[in-house]
Amino acid sequence: MTEIIIKNGHVFDSVSGLKGEVADVCIKDGKIVESVGNGATVIDAAGKTVMAGAVDVHTHVAGPKVNLGRWYRPEDKFRLGERCSAKMGPNTHIEGGFSIPTVFKTGYEYARMGFAFLMEAAMPPLYARHVHEEIRDTPIQDEAALPVFGNNWFMFEYLKNGELDNAAAYVAWVLRQTKGYGIKCVNPGGSEAWGWGLNCMTVNDPVPYFEITPKEIIDGLIATNEHLKLPHSVHLHSNNLGNPGNYTTTLDSLKIAEGHKANNAFGRDTVLHHTHLQFHSYGGTTWADFESKAKEVMDYVNKQENITIDTGNVTLDETTTMTADGPFEYHLSALNHLKWANVDVELETAAGVVPYIYGKNVKVCEMQWAIGLEIALYAKDMMRTMITTDHPNAGPFTRYPRVYAWLMDKEYRDAELNGFKWSSKVIDATTLAEIDREISLYELSQMTRAAPAKVLGLGSTFGGLAPGMNANVAVYDINPDNMPKGIELENALAKAAYFFKDGVKCVENGVVLEANPVVKETYWVDAKVPENKQVLHDVSEKFLKYYSINLENYDVAHHYVPHPHVIEIEEA
Amino acid sequence: MTKCIKNVICTFCGTLCDDLEVDVSDDGKRIEQVRNACAIGAEKYLHVGNPGRVVVPRMRQADGTYKDVSYDEAIDFTAKTLLKAKKPLMYGWSSTNCEAIAEGNVLAEKIGGVVDNCATVCHGSSLLAIQDTGVPSCTLGEVKNRADRIIFWGCNPAHAHPRHMSRYSIFPRGFFSAKGQKGRKIICVDCRETDTAKVADHFVRIKQSYDYEVFDALRTLLRGEEIPDEVGGVPREKLQELIDICKGGRFVTLFFGMGLTHTLGRNHNIDAGINFIRDLNDYTKATLIAMRGHYNVTGAGQVLGWQYGYPFACDLSRLTTARHNPGETTSVDLLVRHEVDACMVIASDLAAHFPFEATRRMAHIPTITLDPHICMSTELSDLHIPVAIVGVEVGGCCYRMDNVPIDTRKVIDAPEGVLTDEEVFQRINKRVDELLAEAGCKDAAEYLEYLEKQEA
Repeated sequence: MTEIIIKNGHVFDSVSGLKGEVADVCIKDGKIVESVGNGATVIDAAGKTVMAGAVDVHTHVAGPKVNLGRWYRPEDKFRLGERCSAKMGPNTHIEGGFSIPTVFKTGYEYARMGFAFLMEAAMPPLYARHVHEEIRDTPIQDEAALPVFGNNWFMFEYLKNGELDNAAAYVAWVLRQTKGYGIKCVNPGGSEAWGWGLNCMTVNDPVPYFEITPKEIIDGLIATNEHLKLPHSVHLHSNNLGNPGNYTTTLDSLKIAEGHKANNAFGRDTVLHHTHLQFHSYGGTTWADFESKAKEVMDYVNKQENITIDTGNVTLDETTTMTADGPFEYHLSALNHLKWANVDVELETAAGVVPYIYGKNVKVCEMQWAIGLEIALYAKDMMRTMITTDHPNAGPFTRYPRVYAWLMDKEYRDAELNGFKWSSKVIDATTLAEIDREISLYELSQMTRAAPAKVLGLGSTFGGLAPGMNANVAVYDINPDNMPKGIELENALAKAAYFFKDGVKCVENGVVLEANPVVKETYWVDAKVPENKQVLHDVSEKFLKYYSINLENYDVAHHYVPHPHVIEIEEA
Repeated sequence: MTKCIKNVICTFCGTLCDDLEVDVSDDGKRIEQVRNACAIGAEKYLHVGNPGRVVVPRMRQADGTYKDVSYDEAIDFTAKTLLKAKKPLMYGWSSTNCEAIAEGNVLAEKIGGVVDNCATVCHGSSLLAIQDTGVPSCTLGEVKNRADRIIFWGCNPAHAHPRHMSRYSIFPRGFFSAKGQKGRKIICVDCRETDTAKVADHFVRIKQSYDYEVFDALRTLLRGEEIPDEVGGVPREKLQELIDICKGGRFVTLFFGMGLTHTLGRNHNIDAGINFIRDLNDYTKATLIAMRGHYNVTGAGQVLGWQYGYPFACDLSRLTTARHNPGETTSVDLLVRHEVDACMVIASDLAAHFPFEATRRMAHIPTITLDPHICMSTELSDLHIPVAIVGVEVGGCCYRMDNVPIDTRKVIDAPEGVLTDEEVFQRINKRVDELLAEAGCKDAAEYLEYLEKQEA
């Protein structure tokens, strides 16, 4: 097997403790090694930045609602100047779409930015086959998907009755059936209420008929997660997303983690990941007196050490929102009057899709932009703070480099802020203008590599450059001794000089070299539990009576996941 | 002795029933009996043993007769025909599995073809309406568990989706619908009294092609505004009654079919229907579901969607970009305007369903048909490649009308030597790669230049 040595780059890697020191990174047989022989291929990285392959902790890139977005937004392929339908290289597929790119564009664009692992953040179990078909057809990155449990009838029943063993056995069963990775919870109870056109707006609103509260659901899911010792923590999108004054609901949701302690063998020491926190950090009572509560929320996050967050940065683009939070999408379409798509899924969840234009002359959008940046800039522990755009909800993932550049260059973000139509109002209602902090390359490597890998329980193989880890390496044309600023920094982060996935050179000078350069793997978790007759009985009964497909046709067969990477967990 | 295979997925219509029981002979070659299926579904399995099955490819001769050829010859002919064409049409895809569709679409990208599926003459207008105005929908299990108001509009499941009513819409007892049919009010809107209308509580006969007006009137009434005494042949009182029934329900589902998509107004009818349902959500919960026909027409659109971004009518002939412009890149238009110079029909019968002018054009250009059966398209083709039947002789992923994917099952072996759709596409793809490499061409456009030079 080929050996590669990436020589003389400035390496930023919290796993091996390098903060920009000049060092060599050696690759052999798809892994990082201490050293290689003289015959190794030499990549000259002098004057460049070297980091591990990036990890996206929360993105919507595969599955029914993503594809519905592609179906019903032909206009997403008609944008000029964004490579929205183009063949970019002789050996790669046609790439289409902007906010909801095709599977080919998804894999290639992530590779250009140096990403090695993607977490599809919401998989309706009934649609798991669809999610896995798209994952299979997405080139390059390893992927996993989180089944949603926050509105699941089985879980309502078990958690309401305090039957932790049953809840755990059921979760383990679903993970096996759907080839899923962990526990996602979206608008707990609210999406079930949406089955009747209703919602749960606080953690104490009972779910219609099921009479369980969102608080009980979140609490029970965390307990179940730690009982099963899963690699990832509970991944939460809390109630009341996107509404003025919702930060109190957010704090109430985060506080549920207080009584819990991490229990796993994967190096994860947190119990709750709150995703796209920007959408949950709003003050005020209406859109008129809407204001930032990023500081209040981040003060809590900073002191509560068993939680992690990702930002959900607004990128000020036209995009396509999509979430398992069905009622939210309905209310959003009532606000912007753009086309509303909805899919309620029997016994499990709901979903909605609505296009959205984050306009640079719309006060609320400008403030959402500022709040997202504040969240990252107020963070004290970068190993608990990750950067996302909740792709495609707050903006497409292809804008990550721009978000990074805003965070790393005060002048760049202030230019944006001061150019807004409502800039003085935004400056009044947020604290962004007062923040001088600039995220360093080292902190960036934590927020986009080591931290997401750790919270996903993948810290020993992803997100770092220590010997033995997967040889996912991104090299950027950034000389830390002569830091580029603004748009130059953004462009350098958007087009990796080199990207190696499992030791294979996939990208050079921002160009993807082959259509399918590596064998990508799908990660899923097989948590062993004692045989549970009660759960098996409940499952067969509910399939017989209430599902529209038979139990025997629910399992995601092997051919959907041709290259599985199974994480097995011994019985609790 | 026979063995019984349970939970078999019926690959006939978009209902994709998954509870069939099929008795298979000991040697796994013959189907003896089928249980739980409707009459059409049962025949899908039982007909397989009938004599006359084509098991080797057939090539048209100069005298018009067919001659048996090997798969190798057939694949070579197909690869060369597709490469030689400037803009070949690859139509159909609705009765095969997603694995074959994915492989076939990649072939289309390579040779520069237009990919289109049966939606183009079916629910394509629904897809256009969804592109215009969205779609509030749900899975069929939601309908079973919650719906207490069902509207069938311009569709006749009693004949087209025979088990739809018993599995999902009228009769089943679900979690919040323990009374089954007794707890539901069924409304049927149609211009004829169909067999579905006969089981409905309310049959509303409207004048043909007045669907848009009637939806419009319903939306107006819903907002408490005035309408004329009669709209589309329906008295105002009847329309008001419909509104009262819908508003009085907890969960309304509208199923719609060809009666909406292919009458006057087409996509605008669906647009009006979608917005009626959207408006109803201000009062109660309401959803709608298209009655997709072929068992995997939905999947054909799904795969094309995630690969190239569009649900149907996707023109890849430029090799560097995917175009979607219904009316231009749709199959009937391409054929009628003589814009395609070769045709590949896959797992659907073009000749049986397209307008005469389009079919005539297809018969005049080089045409290859991939189908397990002899059908009108095969009889107008230059080459017929027989394949294994999905859901009977080979499994694979298919999408139900509500977009739920189900993995179909193989119950018996295909006749010896017969390839699957996926295998045929893999081999064509390989042959195209070989031909390009032999000619030293990097893509299909260069190959066309190469052919021109050869001829000169």
